[in-house]
Amino acid sequence: MRILFAVFILAATSLAWVAPAQAKVNVFACEPEWASLSEALGGDKVSVYQATSPRQDPHRVEARPSLIARMRSADLMVCNGAELEVAWLPVLLKASGNRSVQPGQPGHFLAADQVDRLEVPAEVDRAMGDVHPYGNPHVHLDPRRIAKIGAALSQRLAQIDPGSADYYAARGRDFQARWREAIARWEKEAAALKGLAVVTYHRDSVYLADWLGLKLAMTIEPKPGIPPSAGHLAELLTRLKADPADLILRMAYNEPKAPQWLAERTGVPIAVLPFTVGGTREAGDLFGLFDDSIARLRKAAGR
Amino acid sequence: MVRKPLAALMAAAFATPLGVAAQDAEIETLREQIRQLEERVERAEQRRAAPASPAAPAAMDSSRSMLSDNTFNPAISLILDAKYRNLEESPETYQIGGFVPAGGHGEEGHGHGAGPGERGFSLEESELTLSANIDPYFSGYFTAAVTGEDEIEVEEAFVQNSGFVPGLTIKAGRFFSAFGYQNEQHPHAWDFADIPLVHQAFFGGNLADDGVQLRWVAPTPLFVELGGEAGRGANFPGSERDKNGLNAGALFARVGGDIGFSHSYRFGLSYRETRAAEREYDDSDSAGTEIENIFSDLESKMWGVDFVWKWAPDGNSKARNFKFQAEYFQRKENGQLGYDFDDITETFAQEGAYTSEQNGWYAQVIYQFMPRWRFGVRYDRLDSGTLDYAPVASGALTRDDLQLLRAHEPERSTAMIDFSPTEFSRLRLQFAQDKARFDQTDNQIVLQYIMSLGAHGAHRF
Repeated sequence: MRILFAVFILAATSLAWVAPAQAKVNVFACEPEWASLSEALGGDKVSVYQATSPRQDPHRVEARPSLIARMRSADLMVCNGAELEVAWLPVLLKASGNRSVQPGQPGHFLAADQVDRLEVPAEVDRAMGDVHPYGNPHVHLDPRRIAKIGAALSQRLAQIDPGSADYYAARGRDFQARWREAIARWEKEAAALKGLAVVTYHRDSVYLADWLGLKLAMTIEPKPGIPPSAGHLAELLTRLKADPADLILRMAYNEPKAPQWLAERTGVPIAVLPFTVGGTREAGDLFGLFDDSIARLRKAAGR
Repeated sequence: MVRKPLAALMAAAFATPLGVAAQDAEIETLREQIRQLEERVERAEQRRAAPASPAAPAAMDSSRSMLSDNTFNPAISLILDAKYRNLEESPETYQIGGFVPAGGHGEEGHGHGAGPGERGFSLEESELTLSANIDPYFSGYFTAAVTGEDEIEVEEAFVQNSGFVPGLTIKAGRFFSAFGYQNEQHPHAWDFADIPLVHQAFFGGNLADDGVQLRWVAPTPLFVELGGEAGRGANFPGSERDKNGLNAGALFARVGGDIGFSHSYRFGLSYRETRAAEREYDDSDSAGTEIENIFSDLESKMWGVDFVWKWAPDGNSKARNFKFQAEYFQRKENGQLGYDFDDITETFAQEGAYTSEQNGWYAQVIYQFMPRWRFGVRYDRLDSGTLDYAPVASGALTRDDLQLLRAHEPERSTAMIDFSPTEFSRLRLQFAQDKARFDQTDNQIVLQYIMSLGAHGAHRF
């Protein structure tokens, strides 16, 4: 038995040392939007693993064995932060045995840490539902914030892979220039949407609304993370009839029934938005995500 | 299980040792925490002056939101668990027929989660967990269970290093053994109100040990994990031995992966070996007279295979998901068994070599058919297997003189439905038909709540 142990420990440690050196920077991206940003900024110097699909609710992801295996070999972890992944990311980090991605290491990059957050609660109590003490975590639907996050990520890539620092800097400049142009275009296209009163399923469209000047009139979930009951829906219906909204927003990963039910009874049009890269066929990358979101908003609103 | 006053435990948990190299960082963290606290106080005062909606939009200064379970350090969580049970048979008579009881004197009150529990209303264990990073090298984890009988048990208390060698996690202290799949889960994470019969029969509930655990994840896209444990082995089926060195050891290997985003699986093999210097249990002979039998120099070897498969449409488990889980354990024991110990003369009526080979398995499915509602069924089956005892072979005793170790195949069928208003609360109704006893069927109804306060716990696969 004891000999068996010694052999095991020896085998485990020696195998660890002969792990093949990776030429590319291995990036573990928690959500599709951060996978897309990492690819845009890292080009062919990085190999990106996208941990979740656009159909998954990023709050509720299983710490699957495959994710532990991928985290194990990551040089850089790019995740949302602000406690969005609190139910699964800590398990992956602990179980992976990968020191370079632990909190405090350069390989630990949280997007929401790079920008200001909205809806930071003055106090937190679970009676308020699944509230995030660090503010609303869904920062990626504001392209101005993406630009900031992208700048920080370019720097982080250069820090982790200094040999290609010039490459990342050049790629970052190119991305930022194209992104600035795109923001100007989107803001022009969406100007007609300003001031629209919208109903949202979960408060995951707060940053989009903040950017485009939409008015979030109502949330279908009674409290964050709690699905609406029949009684709550009836109450929303009464309120909507008294004070009609212009649009109902549903993200591709939200459950479709409640928004559909409200739309049918009030005649308020629904805009189904991709939420993240891959959420719709048109949202193939970050540019596509905003192109498609604005196109869908305008189509639904008829503006 | 070690029992200590609560105050001493709390003090020990908070007395975090500081590494010299980490002091500066630690002071920085403390300053930051003080600053946050001041901010909170300020905000609270502002709120009292002008009550506003709690989620009023406010921008936050950027720079930091460390990924931690709690604004405070360490993360604290408390699990509250209470049950109402309607048991057809008295739990006083509970036994797993054909198997040596884990507690020695019947199942009731021994081992973590063994036996059907008490009739009527009962408060179960309240689990208090504290965890935090200790410094850049170690993290600490502590779980104490305050039982309904006002006792405190240290369930788990360990320090851990992740990544000193790439892929290697080292754990030292007291922890739940990684043997199989279910054993590492705390009661609040169980899918049923009780633990499978194999765990009750072979471990007396959750198997915890004091020792060291290594686990190493291979640098491959397929999840491959190898691990080993070395421990004190004082808990059933082992015993205290008053010896240096290892008393128990375990090895385990797992592979796991995905099939698309919708399916994921894990397959594992485990092996564990432990020894008992002296392990007694109560039995009765063929005439029904109560006797005390004592094992000595016993070697207990176990191996197990476990499989878990999970499904959720597109990986989105919020609305619907499905889970299949099954484990098979086999145990071989050999040593000496002293039959009918006489307290006065300190001798046995009979004594001789003992060998047994026993096995058991369970399979369960859990289906979440709509948000917040889950339904599950489980089937447990054990086989008392073969038993060779020298006095029986020589004709000095018959098999019936070991009443508890007669041949039997205990089985249990369980169905449950639970409702989870949020991730932090769960209400459960369970029905079980338990045929663990030799010739009685126990119909059991359990009504349970499990609630968690404090830090948002993260769950393993």
